[in-house]
Amino acid sequence: MQTLLDALREAGYRCVGPQLRDNAIVYDELGDTSQLPQGVRDRQAPGSYRIEIDAGPRHFSWATGPQALKPFLFAPQEILWRAEREPDNTIRFVDTPVSSTPLAVIGVRACDLAALRLQDRHFLEGPFADPHYGARRENLFLVAVHCSHPADTCFCASTGDGPRAEQGFDLALNELDDGYLLQEGSERGAAIAAKLALSPASDAQRDAAEREIEQAAQQQTRALPSRTLRDALFANLSHPRWDDVAERCLSCGNCTSVCPTCFCHSELDDASLDGSQSEHVREWDSCFTAGHSHIHGITLRDDTPKRYRQWLTHKLGSWHDQYGRSGCVGCGRCISWCPVGIDITEEVAAICGENGS
Amino acid sequence: MTNPHRPLEAEVVERIQESPTIFTLRLRFTDPEQHAAYSFAPGQFNMLYLYGVGEVPISIVSDPEDVHLFDHTIRAVGRVTKGLAQLEAGDRLGIRGPYGRGWPLELAEDRDVMIVTGGLGCAPVVSVINYVMRRREQFRRLVIMQGVKHSDDLIWRSQYTHWSGLPETQVLVAADEGAALWPWHVGHVTDLFDRVEMDFSTAVAMMCGPEGMMRAAIEQLHARGMGEDNLFLSMERSMKCAMGLCGHCQRGGQFVCKDGPVFSYTQVKPLFGVRGF
Repeated sequence: MQTLLDALREAGYRCVGPQLRDNAIVYDELGDTSQLPQGVRDRQAPGSYRIEIDAGPRHFSWATGPQALKPFLFAPQEILWRAEREPDNTIRFVDTPVSSTPLAVIGVRACDLAALRLQDRHFLEGPFADPHYGARRENLFLVAVHCSHPADTCFCASTGDGPRAEQGFDLALNELDDGYLLQEGSERGAAIAAKLALSPASDAQRDAAEREIEQAAQQQTRALPSRTLRDALFANLSHPRWDDVAERCLSCGNCTSVCPTCFCHSELDDASLDGSQSEHVREWDSCFTAGHSHIHGITLRDDTPKRYRQWLTHKLGSWHDQYGRSGCVGCGRCISWCPVGIDITEEVAAICGENGS
Repeated sequence: MTNPHRPLEAEVVERIQESPTIFTLRLRFTDPEQHAAYSFAPGQFNMLYLYGVGEVPISIVSDPEDVHLFDHTIRAVGRVTKGLAQLEAGDRLGIRGPYGRGWPLELAEDRDVMIVTGGLGCAPVVSVINYVMRRREQFRRLVIMQGVKHSDDLIWRSQYTHWSGLPETQVLVAADEGAALWPWHVGHVTDLFDRVEMDFSTAVAMMCGPEGMMRAAIEQLHARGMGEDNLFLSMERSMKCAMGLCGHCQRGGQFVCKDGPVFSYTQVKPLFGVRGF
């Protein structure tokens, strides 16, 4: 692993990887493998995320933490452009450049690669490609780790997005007790792999790696129905469960912050005190806020049942119309990081019937 | 990659006070090349940026063939629009656009055209009226219906009077609350469909205004045999980016900013009138 980090740094990449901080596994600057969360497990449940130490040799024996790749590409807050006012009251609009340092992210899970693909479609493949997202995306190198330790909140096997990382990575790793299996996913990945002193994997190691991924799928107890839920959700817009979930939902927007596919954002202007310049800022927003649906005096979604319904019908329903698939990749973050433990799989089952009918 | 978020500088050439709270800004880009390259279709909108305050989506009301200036008619109601109301000739602002899909003008050719609007909903459609007036031989009868809450809210009053005197043109205006010398109907604009002289079976209707008013108008049109395929609506939602990125204008599977703001009724029907969408 250290030789991989060294090779990436030599190739000009800033490396980030998982680290234990504030009792959670988060991505941060990674210079040395000793910073990786060795022997660290997580235990997740609705409304609960806890770290446990098992003293094992592995660095990646955990499931998704609160972050996905989202903050690295779609920044929580950034300046889109700046306006400068000259003394004669003319206005100049100036682009704000994005850092061009290439970034390598180590330890990316299959669910987050699937989410990245959806964010790519949203930010890059519409009629207006976003240059800020695009610049970061171009400079991104992804080292996936096939998931062997899903949390109790995970359900990627049912959405078809994991636990195996199928595509979208430059390199992918299987972690075993006695080392890593390395798989190339792109030319850039192959170029880095060529710099490493690798030995061929044994059949036993391959078998063990396969078995771990299969077990990771079998361990998942939660699931979303395998069929498209759009029609079922929109046929149930008056279901009493919307009011029931809203009794518990705090409208806090945590689910949308940790969701790796949520893309809603707001824009605001921050003018300097002397009035000579003003920054036009984009920052994450959530459909759980009142301001999200506000138009001149009217708030279209003025209570929590309408906001939760908007989130769920969009994520699992109308996302199909916009991007050809569900907006959920089964990472389970919205379940773990919901302060009151609302479980998307349970709500869908209640609203659409156990089979999503 | 050029930055599609960044506005271009424009100048207020003229400012017209239409009513106590409604005003029109007549604009041009300060860079003549940018101005020459700019074009739009009736029904499209621009994002207007007030320096240091923010952006708002506003429809373009002028005729697309007027290459000298483009006009926005605005109600001073929020933080940005109240600031825009303070601008005077010579002041600068930012413009991004045009955005969205406009009105189905080709479909309306050689047919009767009906315009039904409420309040400032008349603004996104006035460009269609002007468009039809300038190409009168390409269209048949034009019926203009406009409703306002109070007779004082009616802007372009002289325009309606002027249009009502033109051949093959019918103007029906209503105010929920009238005042002295109000020459038109007192009540809802949707009360007036019995007076409409038009071939409902083939006409194209274009509407913009409060959704309740549009719902009532659609019922009236249905009852008179207008097909759903000939009904078009301009929808209004919160917008921050206008490019289908920020998510605020989502309406089911649609982004109003890029899939609309003009939709055929069949596109909006499944969620039309459902609160919260």
